[in-house]
Amino acid sequence: MRIADILNLALAGVLTGLVYGLMALGLSVIFGVVRVVNFAHGEMMTIAMYGAVVLFATWGLDPFLAVVPMAIAFFIFGYALQAGLINPFITRPEHAQFMLLVAVALIMVNGLLMIFGPNARTVQLDRLLESIELGPLLIDRGKLYAAVVACVGAGALFAFFKFSRTGKAIRACADNYLGAKVVGLDVKRYYALTFGLGSACVAVAGCMMVLLVDVTPVLGPAYTLLAFVIVIVGGLGSMTGALAGGVLIGVSEALAGLFITPSAKSMVSFGLLILVLLFRPEGLFGKRR
Amino acid sequence: MSGLFALLLALPYVANSYVLSVATLILYFALTGQAWNVMMGFAGQLSLGHSLYVGVGAYTAAALFFHFGIGPWVGLWLAILLCVALGATIGLLAFRVGISGVYFALLTIAFAEFTRIGFDHFNWVGASGGLFIKVAQREHVDLLNLRGTPVMFYYVMLCLAAGAFGVCSWLFRSRAGYYWQAIRENEEAAQALGINTFRWKMLAVVISAAMTAVAGVFFAFYYNSLFPEQIFHISRSIEIILGPIIGGLGTLFGPILGAALLAVLADAITEGLTLLRLEIPGVKQVFYGLCLLVVVIFLPHGIWPTIARKLRL
Repeated sequence: MRIADILNLALAGVLTGLVYGLMALGLSVIFGVVRVVNFAHGEMMTIAMYGAVVLFATWGLDPFLAVVPMAIAFFIFGYALQAGLINPFITRPEHAQFMLLVAVALIMVNGLLMIFGPNARTVQLDRLLESIELGPLLIDRGKLYAAVVACVGAGALFAFFKFSRTGKAIRACADNYLGAKVVGLDVKRYYALTFGLGSACVAVAGCMMVLLVDVTPVLGPAYTLLAFVIVIVGGLGSMTGALAGGVLIGVSEALAGLFITPSAKSMVSFGLLILVLLFRPEGLFGKRR
Repeated sequence: MSGLFALLLALPYVANSYVLSVATLILYFALTGQAWNVMMGFAGQLSLGHSLYVGVGAYTAAALFFHFGIGPWVGLWLAILLCVALGATIGLLAFRVGISGVYFALLTIAFAEFTRIGFDHFNWVGASGGLFIKVAQREHVDLLNLRGTPVMFYYVMLCLAAGAFGVCSWLFRSRAGYYWQAIRENEEAAQALGINTFRWKMLAVVISAAMTAVAGVFFAFYYNSLFPEQIFHISRSIEIILGPIIGGLGTLFGPILGAALLAVLADAITEGLTLLRLEIPGVKQVFYGLCLLVVVIFLPHGIWPTIARKLRL
């Protein structure tokens, strides 16, 4: 085993991890503000992936361009989901919220199965087949561009929360529900906005993910679990934590595939999750509670 | 109550083999639902990883039978012991650090998934290829080795489910039951009243794990084949908790009613779709999901409390 091989795998892990990170960022933002764990997160991810596949297959729309209409569509979808279904549940106990989203996830997975069948679908872009050579390193173009788009998406979200008035209002709702209500913020509308933004993250991540893996309906639950692992390891509710957690999980999965066996790679992630939950429940990058 | 039990006792004499298999499945989910309900419904600790105990219980008894010819009634005790140890480990780790709510639920998922992938590579029990118990002649009833007819399995399952109901109704009105409900409603207040919440939560987890292990042993000998991908999968855990939540969380009849309604619903959907010639894969689950959605939205406390109020029970 050469050092260059390990480096190549680690690099591929970092790039894939950034896309994972953007997906997890959506989950983290939703939990951080709305305090609802989106158990249908991975299922939404697969819907976005199928969206990109369909746009490419019917109109030849490049996934890099499909990002924009998909993000808008998912924003509206997420807004409607929160405003219509989840808002009435925010005062209900956790298990009730869980059941609601499990039902939504069940409908999503099997809806996709009805429409697309169980076979894997993919998007092949010829211009991405050639790798970039950088000394001993080989960089896969698809992974590189996907990671760049993921970083841009995450950066835009950071900037929105940091600088815009709406972003500040959303952070106020997250910090103090009652206080935000007292100063006259329409908290439920901001919750819906947040869910919309989280969904838009998923849309972008999904469009990029089809460049890296084939999509099948059953990927949904696996991505939900992956997103949980990432946000818990990174710190539930922390935005930088989600991205860093994504990279960490991406690299550890890539290297576990090399050193142990590819089929055991998620065992490393779940082992990491258990350790983090027990010894640092606020996450590796989260604030101490 | 006794009327229902008599009806269930007489069922094999009137029902055909299909109805009997559905009834066995309902009783199985009544058992696992009761077990899960002890932890969540009574003590308020949300577990989303109960497939862990089903799987470990099933694999323990099946492997002992497969490798050493040790019968299920002996294997059962080792299965219970292992699951109690597992539950105690998870509880000890989580409750000592003060993990609760969503974090606890995710920890239980993580343990189940970790074990699933572990068993995928555990060659002694067949790894991902599965573990198969020899299927004996179905006409010959061998209760000692749990090899026999569907009617025998039905009666065994009926006894187990009835036993679980008995245990739960006793627990519900015992000292532990009241402590659990106090912890469920307000853990800090319970602690302030001098309840050792750690100890009672541990007891709930351990009892729940032991009861689920029993269900797992039955599962292994009823289906004769075990695959880590299936038995430890998160959708198995969700199946377990649907019954009690739909039926009525924290009630004694909820898990039974929920299991029965869900089985009947799944069946009705299959029949309806066959009639309409809509047999695309996935349609059934979509309808199932829609029905769940309706129940969760309109009956927040489950079906049994609503019926009980109507009947003034």
